[in-house]
Amino acid sequence: MRVPVEWLRELVTLPDGVTTEQLAARLTSFDLKLEEVIGGGEVVGPLVVGRVLSLAKEDQKNGRTINWCRVDVGADHNDADGGRGIVCGAHNFVEGDLVVVSLPGAVLPGGFAIAARKTYGHVSDGMICSGAELGIGGDASGIIVLPPGDAEVGDDAIELLGLGSEVLDLEVNPDRAYALSLRGVARDTALAYGLDFTDPADIEVTGKGDGYPIRVDDSDACPVFAARAVTGFDPTRPTPRWMAQRVEQAGMRSISLAVDVTNYVMLEIGHPIHGYDRTKLRGPIVVRRANEGEELTTLDGVVRSLSTGDTVITDDRGPIGLAGVMGGEETELSASTTDVLIEAAHWKAPMIARTARLHKLPSEASKRYERGVDPELPARATQRVAELLVEHGGGVIEDGLTVVGTAPEHAPVVAPIELPSLVSGVEIDAPSVVEALEGNGCEVALDHGTLTVTPPSWRFDINDPYDLAEEVLRVVGYDKVPSVLPSAPAGRGLTTTQQLRRRVGLVLAGDGLVEVKTFPFAGPADWQRLGLPADDPRRHQVMLENSLSAEEPGLTTTLLTGLLKALVLNVGRGHHDVRIVETGRVFEPRAGDPEAPIYGVDRRPTAEEFAALEAALPAQPQHVGLVMTGDAERPGWGTAGRPVTWADAIAIVQHVAEVLHVGLVVEQAQRAPWHPGRCAAFVLGGVTIGHAGELHPRVLKAYGLPPRVVAAEFDLDALIAAAPEVGPRPDFSAYPVAKEDLALVVDERLPAATVRAALLGASDLIESVRLFDVYVGEQVPDGKKSLAYALRLRAPDRTLTDADIKAARDAAVAATAAIGASLRT
Amino acid sequence: MSAPNSEYDPVEVTPLRADEVERARDAALSAIAAAATLEELKQVRIDHVGDRSPLALANREIGALPPQARKETGQRVGQARGAINQALAARTDELEAVEEEGALVTETVDVTLPWDVAPIGARHPLTTIQEHVGDIFVAMGWEVAEGPEVEAEWLNFDALNLGPDHPARTMQDTFWVSPEKAAMVLRTHTSPVQARTMLTRTPPIYVVCPGRVFRTDELDATHSPVFHQVEGLAVDEGLSMAHLKGTLDHLAQAIYGGDMTTRFRPSYFPFTEPSAEMDLLCYVCHNEPDAVAECRTCRGEGWVEWGGCGVVNPRVLIACGIDPERYSGFAFGIGLDRTITSRYDIADLRDLFDGDIRFTEPFGVEL
Repeated sequence: MRVPVEWLRELVTLPDGVTTEQLAARLTSFDLKLEEVIGGGEVVGPLVVGRVLSLAKEDQKNGRTINWCRVDVGADHNDADGGRGIVCGAHNFVEGDLVVVSLPGAVLPGGFAIAARKTYGHVSDGMICSGAELGIGGDASGIIVLPPGDAEVGDDAIELLGLGSEVLDLEVNPDRAYALSLRGVARDTALAYGLDFTDPADIEVTGKGDGYPIRVDDSDACPVFAARAVTGFDPTRPTPRWMAQRVEQAGMRSISLAVDVTNYVMLEIGHPIHGYDRTKLRGPIVVRRANEGEELTTLDGVVRSLSTGDTVITDDRGPIGLAGVMGGEETELSASTTDVLIEAAHWKAPMIARTARLHKLPSEASKRYERGVDPELPARATQRVAELLVEHGGGVIEDGLTVVGTAPEHAPVVAPIELPSLVSGVEIDAPSVVEALEGNGCEVALDHGTLTVTPPSWRFDINDPYDLAEEVLRVVGYDKVPSVLPSAPAGRGLTTTQQLRRRVGLVLAGDGLVEVKTFPFAGPADWQRLGLPADDPRRHQVMLENSLSAEEPGLTTTLLTGLLKALVLNVGRGHHDVRIVETGRVFEPRAGDPEAPIYGVDRRPTAEEFAALEAALPAQPQHVGLVMTGDAERPGWGTAGRPVTWADAIAIVQHVAEVLHVGLVVEQAQRAPWHPGRCAAFVLGGVTIGHAGELHPRVLKAYGLPPRVVAAEFDLDALIAAAPEVGPRPDFSAYPVAKEDLALVVDERLPAATVRAALLGASDLIESVRLFDVYVGEQVPDGKKSLAYALRLRAPDRTLTDADIKAARDAAVAATAAIGASLRT
Repeated sequence: MSAPNSEYDPVEVTPLRADEVERARDAALSAIAAAATLEELKQVRIDHVGDRSPLALANREIGALPPQARKETGQRVGQARGAINQALAARTDELEAVEEEGALVTETVDVTLPWDVAPIGARHPLTTIQEHVGDIFVAMGWEVAEGPEVEAEWLNFDALNLGPDHPARTMQDTFWVSPEKAAMVLRTHTSPVQARTMLTRTPPIYVVCPGRVFRTDELDATHSPVFHQVEGLAVDEGLSMAHLKGTLDHLAQAIYGGDMTTRFRPSYFPFTEPSAEMDLLCYVCHNEPDAVAECRTCRGEGWVEWGGCGVVNPRVLIACGIDPERYSGFAFGIGLDRTITSRYDIADLRDLFDGDIRFTEPFGVEL
């Protein structure tokens, strides 16, 4: 809400010496937060009113035509020839017009200093100004032409145009609808300073009965409807400058006297008003629900298709206005309107909010209605508008005043007198509580410690006892709230899951991965790049109604979408070694498109209801995803270095699992977007919880990434859920170790994991098995590979004999023979 | 070797003569002293202590002496051999020390050679700050609560006193899950976690909920469709706004240091009543009169906006099944992205989300 300070000061006489800054700070502490102070001293004089004496059009070489003018700027400023020579590029004025001239020495907004300067072959001794140049808006292509009689030559234009005046731009929260008016802001200002104020809605209504015929069929949406007519109005009369200025300072456009008056009164007392050209109305006005498919052309020229959710104002032809939101084009006030029917109706907030939202049509009127407008005002608003129209545009106010309905009454709020103190933690005595509430306009009764508070008609946010606390505290001051640290009962600390998630984060950082945060949005283009098969369930995503980008219409099902984009960015910025990781949720829709129930709010949903709600939500497991490129070990003075490989990706996942004491089974797998021959699946209790390996060359090509990028992704929730509460017991023997090496020739396709498992299971004496070489070549047959293992043998209770060692070795050979291995000779 | 002979006079056995023993000993000692390396000393040992050395050979003759002569002669030879062995050991130590010293000098390396072959990881500051704030509250006995990011409309709005026609719903630019009748949203705040907590626990409740939230803002230097919050909720008997202020002051001090404080300005949130905007004393200028005017962080205000808070609206308690006659509560929410960008003077919010490793790396694993 933009509040011209001069207007506000007219309604409240502030104590001497209160500056605009102080006023703004005080209002901010009263829940009317200052956004900014607009205007005030941006233009420094001399800025005067001038009359164009002569005007010569001169064509220039650059194709432009300029006006070489003589302007009378008043005796104080004229040169010896009784004027000044000024070059002006605008063409919306003629000889004799009153214009605004900035003279050398003036400074315009933006620090634009005016000086006499040579241009187009003349010395231009000042500038004829447009509204834009003075920072008051308007079309920059045309200069300001003042209406005749509005000012005298030589007048100070700074004062005339209100350029010195300041405007407070206040942020009005949705609960303070009344503050969308000078009336409301003035009331709070008076309350803040403990002063009286002039209520501009204190209007005596003169009309009575028998006005324009009106019927309200939808009284749920429209509890009060008032209408009043002015006839014989002169539509050619201009809006008085002070009014146009206030309307524009408040952020609205000055259009015509009749429209400006309706807007002015809305700004003044907060009640939206609609004016009809009465001669265009056909028959009585009826307020009703719209029929499905009915149409209305609103005054912005848009044809709106209506539905039964909309309330409309109609005459014999059908809808002529969308209630509380926007009027219709056919009956709008025009440059020839002489008979005006003034409508001031009280519309219910929820209906207006729905309609404005449905038609995507927020207006100054709907903004006020959906927050709440004082229902006592309709008749008074029509009176005020009628009086202003007649005062400035002539004509007569008709006696007939139609008022249908009565203002709904507020239920009183009952609360103990101590409540504001209990809620705020500030000691507030009973008289202060009563005084603060009365200052807000409430009627207050105090009986044996119980407050009965009837809120004023303009307040819609005082319904509950706690609402009283806020109004009282606002007056007492939020800065009075003391600081008291509450003592919570002993807590249980972080949950195991929370602790393990942190641990995994540290392990990943320890493995040289840099954490990133990407956005979880993705779409078919991503699935295409990742090479997901058409029937891949990961293509089935949670879609958004209003995604920000058509490329990413829904939520992702894999962290690799965001990670690969981040990798592309890093590689594009010239980083060679990039290892990035993300921990975040992926989103998996439930089958059957479930709908989340909407319950009432008067009680807690039952356990079953809550479970139903949970069951409708998509599964959102936390995953860990990582991608790596470049060197796992950089080449240096002591090492040749080593590029990152598929094995690094697998090793990191296994490292995380080991830290959590979870035994993951690694299996050969084929899954997009991985290389079909270089992809591992991690299996936990028969369920695959993740994959790792090298990415498919086609995928890397699609992303424009270098070859051999590796990646992993796994379900962190599943891994953590499998973590035992207590880790394994340390179990080792102090007896000496015996070492045996074993080279086995096996089928090339036989997974090393199978051989390892066979070795470990061969004998209790085999303490550990380590693969130290893999050989494929001349010394083994085609289709075979040689795996060399170092076995460590140990008994828990004795030193091993040669016979023990031989037996264990034989057992190992026999166990591997069973899966097709033979000893390499 | 001679056979045992009672008549045998040791003096007559040449190698056992005292002067001979003395000569052999002296020869050995001077050879030991003359050995310059462990290698030479090894030869000296063979020559003077080994099986073929004069004293070893002499020693063998002792057995042939008559018993009366054996003791004296044995002593003489033994002392000589002892002296030699002692000298040998001492010289060995000396030479070893010299050689080791030499070896250490040769093995000297340039320790300033960089060994940076292993990559170094780092955690995102938004992760770390969530954990940090969690720890501050856990230390006070609070617990850390979590919830889903795709949330039921009822929990994100209705349960929090944001009815279907509430103007605040349009203020919040919500991502709606398709189709709209699914009644699900990307949570616009972490407040539904508060509702979930109240729905599934009984007071006293003291929880913080850090997490990722969503609004339909286009990404630019100061806005992001994805951002992070931490919210706190306490529901207990006798809680007031004063406890809220105390909690926030404590949080400010735990993050920014001893003298920090917060201030309240009235505001509006549907789920709290009274509601307040919360400002943090500027952690750069501390609103000191001589510094505040020049301060870039708070732009001369002395305070920086930190979040919103208030007393839990009893309507929210009712929707969550908590008796508002018995219990009251307070809640607060703080934007973590802004906390990071302002604390580390990061001009562009996009740096937090575009994934350039140079953003995260400097943070290591702690803030």
